[in-house]
Amino acid sequence: MVQFIIRRFAQMVLLLIGISFIVFMSMHLAPGDPATIIGGPTATKSDIEAIRADLGLNKPVLVQYIDYMNGLIHGDLGYSYRTGQSVTEAITTRFPITIKLAVASMIVAIVIGITAGIISARKPNSMLDFASTTFSLVGVSIPNFWLGTMLILLFSVNLQWLPIGGLNSPFYTTEGFKELILPAITLGTSTAAIIARMTRSSMLEVAQADYIRTARAKGVKQRKVVWVHSLRNALIPVLTVAGINFGGLLGGTIITEQVFAINGIGRLMIEGIASRDFPMVQGTVLLVAGIFVFINLIVDLLYAAVDPRISYD
Amino acid sequence: MENGIALEKKDVNRGKKGHFLLDTWKRMCKNKLALIGISIILIQVILAIFAPVLVAHDPYKQDLASAKLSIGTAGHFLGTDNYGRDMWSRLVYGARISLIVGLTSVVLGLAGGVLLGLISGYFKKLDAVIMRIVDLLFAFPGTLLAMLIIAMLGTSLVNVIIAISIWSIPGCARIVRGSVLSVKNQEYILAMKSIGASHTRIIFKHILPNCTAPIIIFATTRMATAILSCASLSYLGLGAQPPSPEWGAMIAAGQDFMWEAPHMAILPGIAIMLTVFAFNVVGDGLRDALDPNIKFDS
Repeated sequence: MVQFIIRRFAQMVLLLIGISFIVFMSMHLAPGDPATIIGGPTATKSDIEAIRADLGLNKPVLVQYIDYMNGLIHGDLGYSYRTGQSVTEAITTRFPITIKLAVASMIVAIVIGITAGIISARKPNSMLDFASTTFSLVGVSIPNFWLGTMLILLFSVNLQWLPIGGLNSPFYTTEGFKELILPAITLGTSTAAIIARMTRSSMLEVAQADYIRTARAKGVKQRKVVWVHSLRNALIPVLTVAGINFGGLLGGTIITEQVFAINGIGRLMIEGIASRDFPMVQGTVLLVAGIFVFINLIVDLLYAAVDPRISYD
Repeated sequence: MENGIALEKKDVNRGKKGHFLLDTWKRMCKNKLALIGISIILIQVILAIFAPVLVAHDPYKQDLASAKLSIGTAGHFLGTDNYGRDMWSRLVYGARISLIVGLTSVVLGLAGGVLLGLISGYFKKLDAVIMRIVDLLFAFPGTLLAMLIIAMLGTSLVNVIIAISIWSIPGCARIVRGSVLSVKNQEYILAMKSIGASHTRIIFKHILPNCTAPIIIFATTRMATAILSCASLSYLGLGAQPPSPEWGAMIAAGQDFMWEAPHMAILPGIAIMLTVFAFNVVGDGLRDALDPNIKFDS
């Protein structure tokens, strides 16, 4: 097990280096000279040259990459071309908001998804099963930015029950909780649909297993069969799907933040792309991809720990 | 005589292929949701192809005197947007854009993914290198990878197609590689090798046809993802730019007028949802119909 963990960590480090290289090179190959962007339209040739020298852009690409990695290890991701603000500082300020949104969405997804899946699997081909399956199909097909817009239209514009956007207040306050409801439902719906589908098929598969038949033959009550015997085993693949989708949710926050005007990492990235602020794009992309890889590693390790049939070789 | 046997064999093979397609279609027909999906896709394809004939208004033509007309107005049965442009015309032309983006990006993604998957699965020496590159691409959440590519290339619909294509490559490569690995050691492939057939011939003539089922399923579900991603990127202002009648861009524009003209945001969303739903259920239907492990009632 220890060897397995060490190997997976080593793979993750290599993957992160690969990601950083891809992201760095993508920004380097992008059209437009950063020095010209920073200097603006009034900058003279010598001004631009000075900026290039200051940023180290006149060095060979590989040296620039090594410098960047050196800075990265020391927590320095460079400075925004647009605002001059430290990228690390901007990310540190915005990141908790994004994490808050992603975690809240995951809770929504797990609660709705597993409940819908269990209801569906308990009585296959019933009306409830049909409703749950329809939810799963519609949930994965609905564009989350549109769902967000519709929720705003209904709950904020027409009924005026919930605020339109923000995530400015702490989540434990009533206002903060209210602000979180619509974005979390918007982002969590498609994952809830995937989890519901997975729970249903997994529960149905487990229901046919020999040990479930044995439990029934022994006279174990239906409720215990479902909640203790079936659900525990059926949840193993569901947890994996949920874990993998948490990384996807982080990607999804980019769009949801735009819908609800939430000042998280996603908005920072979009603003960076729109204004060709490469250090900002580089920093935010690296962070999200890094977390995605890290979560996948945790899921792998958890899966191996939960399911004894997984080999560590 | 030999020719006769050869011809007979060819006919038998053709018959089997016909049977396979017919069986697949029959299985698909048992799946009502898949049939609904096929119908929606067919209607959209017809609308997209015959758009100039089917719509009475130019989707780009502004008429500020009739701006923000609601659904059911005479002459504009789905209303108009804030510039007085007919919503029905824009939705129909939007279908054209979505289908073109979906199809082009899936075809390009498949071309790259199938090729990499075939090479990776067939040539053991290249497998590790290609799969590590695929792993690297998988390390990015899809939306993020697409955004990174757009950040590099700039914002436009063509760049969205390129981004979605690149995003499709790793998934396709993995699926094809898996199929190649399960086929390449079968006796008929070994027989081809022993009679000296070239690698190209073995790969494209004997292995690739046996990978078509997973490729078709992947392509169908990928169409749904591609259309959804294109809409999302355009919504963010990274894809189609105004005045393009792209559905995602239409929702973004409609968001500012939700109070006075909610149909501007509601209608394109329904269009996206129906299209994505259709491709998803057809993909599911194909998976069931093409998977030999699933038993169907006779």
